[in-house]
Amino acid sequence: MSPRLPGRRLFLKQSAALAGLAVGASGTALPAAVEPPMEKVDELHLYGQRSHFVDAVRRGSINNPERRLPDEPRAFGLTTPLQDSTGMITPASLHYVISHGYEPRDIDPKEHRLLIHGMVDRPMTLSVEELQRLPSVSRFHFIECHGNSTTGGPGGAARVSPEGTAQDTHGYTSCSQWTGVKLSLLLEQAGVQKSGTWIVAEGADDYKHAKSIPMGKAMDDALVAYAQNGEPVRPEQGFPLRLVVPGWQGICNVKWLHRINVVDEPYMGMMEISRYPRLMPDGKSRWFEFELGPKSVITRPSGGHHLPAPGFYEITGLAWSGGGAIRRVEVSTDGGRSWKDAVLQDPIARKAHTRFTIPWNWDGEEAMLMSRSTDDKGVVQPSLIEVAKIWGTDVDFFKKSTLITSDFNAIQPWRLNRDGSVKNAIF
Amino acid sequence: MRFSKLLTAGVALVASAVAAQTQMPAYKGIGAPATKQEIQAKDISISPEGKGLPPGSGSSKEGAEIFAEKCMVCHGPNAEGGKIGPALVSGKDAHESLTTMKPERSLGAYWPYATMVWDYIHRAMPRNQGGTLTPNEVYALTAFILFKNGIIQEGDVLDAKTLPKVQMPNRNGFVPARFADIPDEHKRGCTQGICP
Repeated sequence: MSPRLPGRRLFLKQSAALAGLAVGASGTALPAAVEPPMEKVDELHLYGQRSHFVDAVRRGSINNPERRLPDEPRAFGLTTPLQDSTGMITPASLHYVISHGYEPRDIDPKEHRLLIHGMVDRPMTLSVEELQRLPSVSRFHFIECHGNSTTGGPGGAARVSPEGTAQDTHGYTSCSQWTGVKLSLLLEQAGVQKSGTWIVAEGADDYKHAKSIPMGKAMDDALVAYAQNGEPVRPEQGFPLRLVVPGWQGICNVKWLHRINVVDEPYMGMMEISRYPRLMPDGKSRWFEFELGPKSVITRPSGGHHLPAPGFYEITGLAWSGGGAIRRVEVSTDGGRSWKDAVLQDPIARKAHTRFTIPWNWDGEEAMLMSRSTDDKGVVQPSLIEVAKIWGTDVDFFKKSTLITSDFNAIQPWRLNRDGSVKNAIF
Repeated sequence: MRFSKLLTAGVALVASAVAAQTQMPAYKGIGAPATKQEIQAKDISISPEGKGLPPGSGSSKEGAEIFAEKCMVCHGPNAEGGKIGPALVSGKDAHESLTTMKPERSLGAYWPYATMVWDYIHRAMPRNQGGTLTPNEVYALTAFILFKNGIIQEGDVLDAKTLPKVQMPNRNGFVPARFADIPDEHKRGCTQGICP
């Protein structure tokens, strides 16, 4: 465990403190509960643990796994085990994490303030407790790294390998129920001036990550979230406050949010000018791409699974789009020659993972399993050939590129072999 | 009849006033006005054209000394990259590499704005001690790195006026070029989640 992250006991105490704040805010003072004799309560039961027989975990692609010096930065990515997922919610403990070389901070919520300033009539600071008193919303939203499913760059080798699992190919996306305050409410309270056309959202991490977001999106559906899946946002997800920018590249969802500066143009952050623009084969870069396109992946059966014998199997997976709700998912078992509509499981939320299922009897012959999603804008997930066409290149480019092929949302094929093994068949 | 019309109109007026009130409730006792000092202490934003740059100045020679003291341990003696920090100096043909299959997206070859070199050093460097360097030190270090990349001369002095004028080799390498066009996905021709 990182020395900067306190143990579970401290986390529990902080959660309890937060819960206390929420109660206090409603104005009802409750009598102090009678403390149970702590020595008799197994700590295991205070914060639930999963079965020892369950072993799904995040996996890391760490670019510097063995530190040569104690304080050496480690840029690491932790992927969600999608091949073991059910439903549409990702447990917070399995939510993907990308660290740009810094360890997550665990910030005391009592000390934390959100500053809103710049082109506003009433610059203000808000405490976490004050934010929790404001009208709240709870919404299902996925967060996906723009480099998810990349064929090049870190993690690219596992993504293109026949042995690649759904975690390797698509694990940089996760879906949570986020609870917080609409950013539009806060901006209206601060009195955004007409000239304020962009915001710069900044985190309290060690490199003060800053992201520019157009005012239209900030006023539309962005949230300042303090809770995730029914508990405070976890430190590695931005405790105590995370900006959630639904359907837009993960980098927009600023963790440890402490400042919103209202400005009149994009302010270039290091990430926005160096790592996140999409360098195209012509040498020009597309910057400030925001919305993630329609995407889907079959999670069962998927890479690394083994079907013991012919017979009945439900094919199931996840579909999502930054453009809105998923309207349709089609599944093919013959490599795209024929498609059938899958059933979409409730809840079908805007800019959220949507679980799809389709019943299937495997006859024991080789099969190529694919899924294709359509969002409620009518936009259809592209094939690899179509993606190459949009990029103005050929499929070979994606095999050879050393770059993060960002916003890569091509249809994912899994080859089911006669021996029951399932392999990644992207190329 | 007339009276009832008036009454209806009156009720409608009251109703719309109530609606306006419920639309914008006063969230009493929530949030504190931020003072100028509070904002100044936290506001480290620098715009691409250099809005927000503080007074101060620095040259490459001054920067070399600070670099040796505070940066070299991670980034190497000549900013060529070290055990911890990445290279800050680009190879000779780095900018030309952007059209090849092995592009070098380094500071000198790729970054479009010199102001952002200042911004990043100021907010994040040295590692885990972001914000500890003085404006003069940040100007000097920026000058040192830009000089090492062959972008400015050794004797050039950088300050809030000269730094935004420094032309980076890849300044015109980004699409869309106009900031006003960025939020308009239709204009940009974005399709299926990809902006060509």
